[in-house]
Parts: sequence; C-alpha cells; structure tokens
Amino acid sequence: MCLGVPGKIVSIEELAGFRLAEVDISGTKRKVSLDMLPDAQVGDYVLVHAGYAVQVIDEEAAKETLNYLEQIEWSD
Amino acid sequence: MVRLIDEFRDPELLRPLLQRISSYDDRNYSLMEVCGTHTVSISRFGIRSAVPENIKLLSGPGCPVCVTSQQDVDKAIELAKNSNIILATFGDMMKVPGTKSSLAKEKAKGANVVVCYSTREALDIAEEHPEKEVVFYGVGFETTAPTVAFSILEAKKRKIKNYSVFSTHKLVPPALRALLDSGEVRIDGFILPGHVSVIIGLKAYEFLSEEYGVPGVVSGFEPLDILITIEMLLKQIRSKKAKIENQYKRTVTYDGNIYAQKALEEVFKIDDAEWRGIGLIPKSGLAINEEFEDFDASKKFDVKVPYSIEPPNCSCGEVLRGVKSPFECKLFGKGCTPEHPVGPCMVSSEGACAAYYRFERYTRVVD
Repeated sequence: MCLGVPGKIVSIEELAGFRLAEVDISGTKRKVSLDMLPDAQVGDYVLVHAGYAVQVIDEEAAKETLNYLEQIEWSD
Repeated sequence: MVRLIDEFRDPELLRPLLQRISSYDDRNYSLMEVCGTHTVSISRFGIRSAVPENIKLLSGPGCPVCVTSQQDVDKAIELAKNSNIILATFGDMMKVPGTKSSLAKEKAKGANVVVCYSTREALDIAEEHPEKEVVFYGVGFETTAPTVAFSILEAKKRKIKNYSVFSTHKLVPPALRALLDSGEVRIDGFILPGHVSVIIGLKAYEFLSEEYGVPGVVSGFEPLDILITIEMLLKQIRSKKAKIENQYKRTVTYDGNIYAQKALEEVFKIDDAEWRGIGLIPKSGLAINEEFEDFDASKKFDVKVPYSIEPPNCSCGEVLRGVKSPFECKLFGKGCTPEHPVGPCMVSSEGACAAYYRFERYTRVVD
C-alpha cells in the first residue's frame, strides 16, 4: 500500500492552479501531482506514491548508503 | 545518477553485511517490521532465512488493508450496494472478505466498484459522472492519507460536489505504542516504515526510545537497506543505547513532508479507531473535519451494518500483533490461499500471510 517508486521529472505544467509533473519511471511516463512538493524542479528524482510525488530523492544520501560498508570499516 | 534499485540488490554488498550480522550470536534478538512493504521485501529476498536463527524477524500491523476492521469492510460493501454510488478504491480492498460478501462479489453482481491507482482518477470519474456520487474508500497510513486529503482540497477548489471519502485511515505511531503497552510480544527493536516516515519524519518515533527504551531505525526497502537497518538495530541493542536512527536518508528527513502534514491537519481530525487484531486504539485514526463534511461519505450516507463477524479460525489478529507467525495459523495454505483467502492477511499483496505463502512456504523447516 505504501509503495513508492523513484522517477525523474521530465516536465512540469500548470493546470487550473495545480502543478503536474511528467515523471519518467523506469521508461514509463506518468503524470503526477506536485501538491506535496511545490518546490520540485525538472530533473529532480522524486519518490512517487499513488499519483503524487511525495519527496525529492537525495542522490548523495543514496550513494552514501551504497558505500555503507566502506564507512563502517573506517569507523569501527 | 544511481538507478536507485539494482545497486541496492548487489550480492557483493550483501554478503559481507550478512557475515557481520551473524557475529551477533550472543543472545536472541527479536525485531519487528511494521510496514507491509518491508514484509514483502524480507520474504521476497529471503532475508528471514538468510539471517541467523537467533535473529527473529516478526511481522507487525503494517498492512493497512489487513488492519481495517471487519465493520469498516462491511460498511464499504454496503456503500457499494447503493446504485447511486460509484465506489472507488485501491485494488487490494476488492477481495477482502466481509461478513457476508466482498467488493469483488458485489461488483460481479452489478455494483459499480472501480479500482483506482490514485485519488486523482476518482476525482476525474466524479467530474465525468455528475449524476452519480463517487465515494473513495480511503484505506492506508500516513503515506496514503495525504493523497486523500489533497483530493478533497482539489474537489473543493474544482467545485466537484459529487465526490466524498469514506475514511478508515490510520496512524502508525499509536499502534506501536499499543503493541508495547500490551507487552504481549517481546520487541527488542523496530524496523520503522520508510514511506510513512517520508511524510511524518523521524521525530514521530522519538517516544519509542525515550519512553520505552526501544530502538528504532527507519529503513528503505531494498535488501541492502534492510540488512543495514538490522545491523544498526543489533548494534544499538548490544550497546544498550536506544535511539531513533535513519537508514533511509535518501528520502526521509527529521521533520518529514510539511506540505503533506499541513493538508492532513486541514482536512482530518485525529479520532479513535478500531484495528483488526488489536481493537480500539485511542487517537489512531483520521476522520474528516467538520469543515469538509460535504466530502465525508460517513455523513452523506447513513450506512449501518447490523453485525460484523470476523472469519472463524482465521489468525489474522494474532499475525498482526506478531503473536503468531502465518505458518502457525491452522488455515495457512490449506483452507486459506491467495486464490481463496479467508482473512485479509492472505488477500493483500502486502499481508504477511500472502507474502509468506508466495515466497517462504518452501523454506519452512519441518520439525
């Protein structure tokens, strides 16, 4: 139910006062609402849940997680 | 840009982590995950059987479909029977057995039940069918509830008057408190839900460590995320220092998504709610504020169900509290399968029974 999928914003349009983003999710394009992310920009990677972008994904933090083992070895 | 999925499944990264985890062999550790998506990941990637036996991974009340009370399921079915109503909901609710029927059965008999991916689709249906009343059956935790709140705000702005929500939304932190207060199951640490936390932030769980001395780590959903989380929890438990940590830093912040929180506050009020398996938990549900009662299906329609009975012999309640493993239910894989589910934990793709059945039924060690 709380499934979220990562995607990249390719364009943003405004329709009757609502901001909608076209998001590329693994090659599939989908229109999602930016009601929860008013500051999101084209090019941002966002987490999409049930038709809404819920958060901008922090790329640096993602890399940090992938390097977890190295960090641990240094800190232990 | 990293692809955000594949790298987090790299066996070269996972193997050394598993080795480190197996060094925690000094005692039994009991960790609970409280998110259905974690349950599925743990089952699907074989994490439960990959970690040593002294590290027990319990599934908790993390599947919103599963914790919806039988009475609420019956009420939604009653709404669907009303020929003026188009009932819109997420796919997982369709096959959940009510006392006498299910949404899928009512649809087969001619009821107008529509499966939506998003509340925004339900709004469009309402606009296209002004002669009908579109009721969105809102199920879900803090991740999903804001999408429902925004749909109500949008309906108001777009002047869509034939749209309303039957809200059975629930909150995760009060359920964790209820589990710890009951003391029924030993929980040494919580694997905290990633996407609920995107909305409510790390701060919502501080009471776990401060009041109960129980550690928690907010976790991502890929195998690498979950193994890192397990190690972080084990480390905390061993050092006897409980705190709330964030493993899922790429999307979760301390404060959460404030725009979503504002919409929740505007549209909903916190109310007591009935959970399957747990019972009434004070201040654990979201009801629609008076200001938006025109969009509240429970005010617009007088739905009464004479009585609601949970399926006999179904252990969903115990499974949701972590008291029983799905394998310990008499019906598991016999009277109850995903094709012919008896209880909601076998219906929802995120239910513990469905996940264990799909991915783990052959890994089970027969005594």
